[in-house]
Amino acid sequence: MTAEVKEQRGIKTQEYFVNMGPQHPSTHGVLRLVLELDGEIIQRVEPHIGYIHRSIEKMCEKDSYRQIVHLTDRMDYLSANMNNEAVCLAVESALEIEVPDRVKVIRTIIAELTRLASHQLWWGVMGMDLGALTAFLYGFRDREMINDIFEETCGARLTMNYNVPGGLMFDIHPNFQRRVKEFIAHFKTKIPEYDQLLSDNVIFRERTEGIGILSKEDAISYGATGPTGRASGFSCDVRKHHPYSAYDRVEFKEILMEKGDSFARYKARILEMWESLHIIEQLIDNIPEGEYQAPTKAVIKLPKGEFYQRVETARGELGVYVVSEGSKSPYRLKFRSPGFSNLFTIDHMARGYKIADLVAMMSTIDLVIPDIDR
Amino acid sequence: MDNQALNDLITDVFPTAEIITEDTQFLNAIIHPDLLRDVACFLKDDDRTKFDFMFCLTCVDYPEHMMMVYHLRSTGLEHEMVLKVKIEDRERAEVETVSDLWRTAEYLEREVYDLFGVRFTNHPDLRRLLLTDDWEGYPLRKDYEDPVNMISL
Repeated sequence: MTAEVKEQRGIKTQEYFVNMGPQHPSTHGVLRLVLELDGEIIQRVEPHIGYIHRSIEKMCEKDSYRQIVHLTDRMDYLSANMNNEAVCLAVESALEIEVPDRVKVIRTIIAELTRLASHQLWWGVMGMDLGALTAFLYGFRDREMINDIFEETCGARLTMNYNVPGGLMFDIHPNFQRRVKEFIAHFKTKIPEYDQLLSDNVIFRERTEGIGILSKEDAISYGATGPTGRASGFSCDVRKHHPYSAYDRVEFKEILMEKGDSFARYKARILEMWESLHIIEQLIDNIPEGEYQAPTKAVIKLPKGEFYQRVETARGELGVYVVSEGSKSPYRLKFRSPGFSNLFTIDHMARGYKIADLVAMMSTIDLVIPDIDR
Repeated sequence: MDNQALNDLITDVFPTAEIITEDTQFLNAIIHPDLLRDVACFLKDDDRTKFDFMFCLTCVDYPEHMMMVYHLRSTGLEHEMVLKVKIEDRERAEVETVSDLWRTAEYLEREVYDLFGVRFTNHPDLRRLLLTDDWEGYPLRKDYEDPVNMISL
């Protein structure tokens, strides 16, 4: 209730607390938010995390580098391929392994397909969070095509483990190129449908435009990366700033928005889907011939030193910081997960808005809880 | 600013800082905990450095000491460096907070406190983050033992 109304009517209000989660459909996992409220207005949001903390970093200190790749799927499971790639790239750059061109191109295509699948799921659940169940069904329908391609390529649909240090676990399936092209043709007709359903929907825009504003300075200070940061105008696309795999040979735009509100974050992801399609189109007919793996030793030992490798996952910048003492396991390994930094912008964003707006903000940050808890 | 220029600037302003550029990805500056506040303010606010984006904050537990590691990047000037704080006293590990300079540090410091037991003075809300409040010990320290929950293969 606004201060004016309170004064006019002589109403006294008292602050109170509401627990949102750990089991709440819009937190998309086990996340607990403690809301400090005055009437319906949010005064403060305090996230409580750690409900599915598995201590992946401690496990890494005992595991070999090949095993660590498999743990990373279990962080941000919607960006499983990019997470795997981050560890593989870290190992390859530390050992100065030159991977074949074919691997670089396939990795890039697979990463962009993963990004599309992640954004499709996000779009679906965003609709559902705001009460539009159709969006959920449409998003999952299109994501199914990508999952089928993954299943045919490597046998798994979610935790792929397709990247290994030095290259890929298998070569692509003979159907791969045909099916990816079929998907692109299909999905190009579907993004306009997404726009019709949500982007141009009056109710949807009322609930997102001008809500939950994050300025550029705050985005940088909070370390918000990925579409969340870029919606505020923070140029942080790792694919542009520190190109890896085949991103230096494809042409694409870094999507930057200005407003930093919920709708800008929404729109940034929709536009990013077009860019991902564009990247895949440039590469799918130009996969170079060659080996799908560079020769590596059975036991991988990194030289003594420190290595930092970053990739752009569907959520933002994932950093892998490895401290090696020269043995087969890292001495210390830290994952700089994008979800962790993005989540803690929520308190800043949500102050002064209502709980229903908070749900929209949570959706547009696109949280995956295992990525935050690790 | 390239690594050489950064090196010159930092040694000029903080002569006690130990700078490492050989065989490293980024320029490394190792400083004493007492200096952290001054160095951090300088790196963030000076027009020549302007490190406004902290993209990683963590800690490493070495046998003899603990090392706080801050990865910094300037979004305007596009240069990067690593600031390290060497903490000699493992039992009473303490450094000052930088959460008012880089907001992302507030929760990353809580994570480090939770898992390494480094205390951050002047931190607005220093509590455990991932583990329960009554957890004993700091799991990411190398000497941590937990016979119940730790599985060795």
